[in-house]
Amino acid sequence: MQIGRRKNLKRAGATVAAALAAGLVRPRDVRAAWNKDAFGQKTLADALKSLNAATAADSKDILIDAPQIAENGAVVPVEITSNLPATKSIVVLIEKNPFPLAAKFDFLEGAVPFVKVNVKVGESSNVRVLAEAGGKYYVALKEVKVTIGGCGG
Amino acid sequence: MADPMKIRAGLKGDVADVRVLMNHPMETGQRKDSSGNLIPVHFIQEITVKLNGKSVIEAQVSQAVSRNPVFSFRVKGAKAGDRLEISWLDNKGDRNSTETALA
Repeated sequence: MQIGRRKNLKRAGATVAAALAAGLVRPRDVRAAWNKDAFGQKTLADALKSLNAATAADSKDILIDAPQIAENGAVVPVEITSNLPATKSIVVLIEKNPFPLAAKFDFLEGAVPFVKVNVKVGESSNVRVLAEAGGKYYVALKEVKVTIGGCGG
Repeated sequence: MADPMKIRAGLKGDVADVRVLMNHPMETGQRKDSSGNLIPVHFIQEITVKLNGKSVIEAQVSQAVSRNPVFSFRVKGAKAGDRLEISWLDNKGDRNSTETALA
């Protein structure tokens, strides 16, 4: 099992292997491995701590385009642009979701620090966007009001 | 198995504007089916965007991304004929990848 898994990991380059392994084992040797710890946190504070982003400076260089009022919380388009020089990654957190961390985008050489993604917003909540640049986190917020929740039946 | 992705990529100068649609249920693990049983969590975890075989964007996402996710990305330094490859991996180990040539 372990040997097969290792082979698979190598072949896949930067991804996790078998379904079982993905659920049970957190491979530490793969750079882009899914950050189970951070994604599993149930409060904003814990998620930020897990990301080492508990302190972040407010920034006007992070632009968030999201609807002020979203009728359907299951599909809320969020468009993010970072004008911070050398933005390395963008992190999206929906503060009041059961698991606040929604996505993390790593921008390598050649990528523009821009992303548009549809997210679920369980109840009216701040969308918190962190941008990592020059080894520091910067933060911007945008409130989204939801009339129909996005998580659950 | 997973349905194919749809990629739409356009070039504006040397910046590739990429939109991708992935077919995936993105189950949160919080919904119940008609008989009241929880539907197990099933969602895309990792997404990789490559230009000519080189990773440019690596994303990790959670179940909070909407069903049949749509992403937009931008990649600079691209030119017509470049190969753009997008792949994902979900929490059950399913994977999918699609390639397109920029035009």
